[in-house]
Amino acid sequence: MAAPGFDPKAVAGKYPLPDRHVEVLVIGAGPAGIAAAVAAARDGAEVLLIDENPVGAGLMGLDTPLYYGGRYTGAVQTKPRMLEQVFGAKPDLEAAIEAGVDVQLGVYAWGTWVPGEALAALPAPVAGLADDETSWMVGFDRLILATGARDVAFAFPGWDQPGVMGARGLAALIDTYDAFAGRRLAILGSGDLALETALHALEKGLDVVALIEIGETAQGSADLIARVVRAGVPILTRTVPVRVDGGLDGVERLTVRDLTDGVEQTLECDTVVQAVAVTPVIELLDVLGAARAMQTRKGGHAPVSPDGVATSLSVLTLAGDVAGIVSLPRDSVAYQQAWMRALIAAADGDVVVCQCEDVTREALLAVRQPTYLGPPSPGMARRRLAGLLQDGPVNQDQIKRLTRACMGACQARRCREQVALTLACASNQSAEDIPLAGYRAPVRPLPLCVLAAWDEARDMTANWDVWFGIPGQWVPYADIGTEREALHEGMFGGDMHL
Amino acid sequence: MSGSTTTGAGVIVIGAGVTGLSAAWWLARSGVDVLVLDKGVLGYEASSRNGGGASHYQSPLFHEEQRLWPLMDDMLGYATEYRRERVVFATNAHHLGHYRHMGAMCRDLGYHVDDLDPQQVRASVPLAGDNVTGGIHLRFGGQANPQRTVQAYAWALQDLGGRIVQHCPATKILSAGARITGVETPKGVFACDYLVVAAGPQAEALLAGVGVRLPLAPARAEMIVTEPGPIMPVGGADGNGLYGRQTLRGNLAYGGGPHEWLDVGPAGPTVRPSTPLLRNLAKRVAELLPKAAHLRVIRSWAGVVENTPDGRPVIDRLDNPGNLTVATMSGVGFGLSPATGHAIRDLVIDGRCSFADIDKLSIKRFADLAEDWREAAGWVATTHDQARAAMAVRGP
Repeated sequence: MAAPGFDPKAVAGKYPLPDRHVEVLVIGAGPAGIAAAVAAARDGAEVLLIDENPVGAGLMGLDTPLYYGGRYTGAVQTKPRMLEQVFGAKPDLEAAIEAGVDVQLGVYAWGTWVPGEALAALPAPVAGLADDETSWMVGFDRLILATGARDVAFAFPGWDQPGVMGARGLAALIDTYDAFAGRRLAILGSGDLALETALHALEKGLDVVALIEIGETAQGSADLIARVVRAGVPILTRTVPVRVDGGLDGVERLTVRDLTDGVEQTLECDTVVQAVAVTPVIELLDVLGAARAMQTRKGGHAPVSPDGVATSLSVLTLAGDVAGIVSLPRDSVAYQQAWMRALIAAADGDVVVCQCEDVTREALLAVRQPTYLGPPSPGMARRRLAGLLQDGPVNQDQIKRLTRACMGACQARRCREQVALTLACASNQSAEDIPLAGYRAPVRPLPLCVLAAWDEARDMTANWDVWFGIPGQWVPYADIGTEREALHEGMFGGDMHL
Repeated sequence: MSGSTTTGAGVIVIGAGVTGLSAAWWLARSGVDVLVLDKGVLGYEASSRNGGGASHYQSPLFHEEQRLWPLMDDMLGYATEYRRERVVFATNAHHLGHYRHMGAMCRDLGYHVDDLDPQQVRASVPLAGDNVTGGIHLRFGGQANPQRTVQAYAWALQDLGGRIVQHCPATKILSAGARITGVETPKGVFACDYLVVAAGPQAEALLAGVGVRLPLAPARAEMIVTEPGPIMPVGGADGNGLYGRQTLRGNLAYGGGPHEWLDVGPAGPTVRPSTPLLRNLAKRVAELLPKAAHLRVIRSWAGVVENTPDGRPVIDRLDNPGNLTVATMSGVGFGLSPATGHAIRDLVIDGRCSFADIDKLSIKRFADLAEDWREAAGWVATTHDQARAAMAVRGP
């Protein structure tokens, strides 16, 4: 056998040492994350607890991580004030600090990796963290994901105006930021999520004009329904939103249609809260390669975790809603799909589904090429989703590539689920059978200059190559096997372009 | 289903990547009854996970590549997002030397290349900065959208009556005597008169079953994508150790840097993780295009590509079995695909390539290759213990 060779251009040995190492990293400082961090600290571990709130105003504008719908006050622009506000809004953080937890707010986790299949060259588990200025890497022995849940958005005419938002986004603006800019709310949905959202808004002195429900009856638990009705808030059943109208400041009224008699009515409001569904925030779990599956009782694609704590990766455990939303009805995904079906029936195909890339529902179903490519060729004009379905099962990634739906700067937070629901409706199958369009690092859309490894390892710099660094790969064909071959290889080494 | 079904085609192509689809399309254009089998979704691996470049001066297929790309949208009947021309520019003297030599090689081949001073680079690439030292402007070549192009090949093939069967991995090549007779899959046996293997990293194991040795080493390569920025006059703009382009939508998509050698089983890659390397890519994009440094990175992705021992393609019609053509592009297949498909079509139908000498791409050059060539080259998958040890030794 020949002596083992060494490839200086391979990544092995080039991943940098993390800037810091902790025994336990907890991502997400909601109640579950704080409790997990405190418990680990009391067991004697060195614990770092990070939370991305207060989120930079730019990310909030992209509805990242929650669906804020632009309904926040200018206060969110002032980061130091917001840091104080967020800290004050989470009283348990003080106890965590007292327990010895290192608490860092305003810190994003944009990627987490553990050595594993096809990633053996990574020496140890590591997380990519960042604030609004810079990024860094933190190694860990154990990772606890407490990233919670986020809103599932639905498109209907006018939904892209300021003031259409999600229930979790609303809760964050009210409770964590004290920066909600709305007064009069219409709420979509009538499950526990919608009912609790209504009661919370009322408690905070906001007006709730109505809950809108497509089903025959209100969906949530009887006691919550009773409390909402007692508060004088109508629950309009067999009713579908058809249009939001507004002005420069966004939403001014919501028009809804009675599904029985077709009669429309207009609700004066400045905010439409989508409270039909939330889904676990599994972005980092997916980047890690931990097992996940569609689990309708947990709100959609959720970690595979029999006890809500353990995962398929030994270093990774879960805390809170990321493991699955506990209060959901058994058929939560079917409920989402029923909403989508009703909204599709109530609107024209020209409703924009993907706001970032300006893709309409009709364009999605026609797998229409983006407008910057000009008019489609005759062949392209004939192609529709139905044709693709003859070739194989629905693949959301394939639809993405053709239509650009879900390819935008919000990283599909506003449209990933509803595109899957739309494809399910159009192909007459259950949304449970549509594979997840996977998540990719960075799971927060952060600038190049923030993510950049300005301090990269010397070995990385010295041996960087455009491609594999195989000198012979770029020798002009005519020179292969001639004396000029060695000349080229010697001159270039590698670093030649594709 | 089991192996009881018997269907087939005149020519079967294993692998609905960009090489296999182009070959099938060219064959269908010549009236051949052709069927493409793929283990998953068409174009799902490296064929749709690459920089989209189409300027491969080193290849014997270069002239055909340059002839065909401007015609492809019309020939296929679907948009590929091909745009002509490319600017390669440097931010240091070392890179500039490389690029100028590359330009000289292209001129030797009869193509028009302009040397650019920094100001000229910035005129074509306004997102470039004050750090530019110079560059070259290829008045040929260019780039296309890989994802759109693989679908365009597939649809163009279907428009000509060609068939594609997805989620149908080839598990075994069947032969009788010195001839291939068909392909075994979980969906049954597909019989054929002729077989083309363009199965990427999986080709080695498949071909070994019929006594053909195609030495390959798979590895992962990574890219990042930003949100859209202002559209530049030349979208095919790269340098600084990166390959990539600005898409017609305005996104910057760039890759480069170290790879990880992998062991890929017969079923192909099961996971394709992108890694913390995205920070090093982000650094280089921000250096290359300082006026875009504020753009947000919205995705990264990785692809698994296979390399031959010398990094050059294999495109070969074998003597034995006599009805088999094999193709691997050794990690540089997308841009050349219009020409590769043409060459494969020629080999299958006419027995020889009509437009170029490709004899040096024969599989025969590896006949005497040592069994442990990957180990000797250091092209082997790292073990986790080795990775940990390397970190401990290197230090900060």
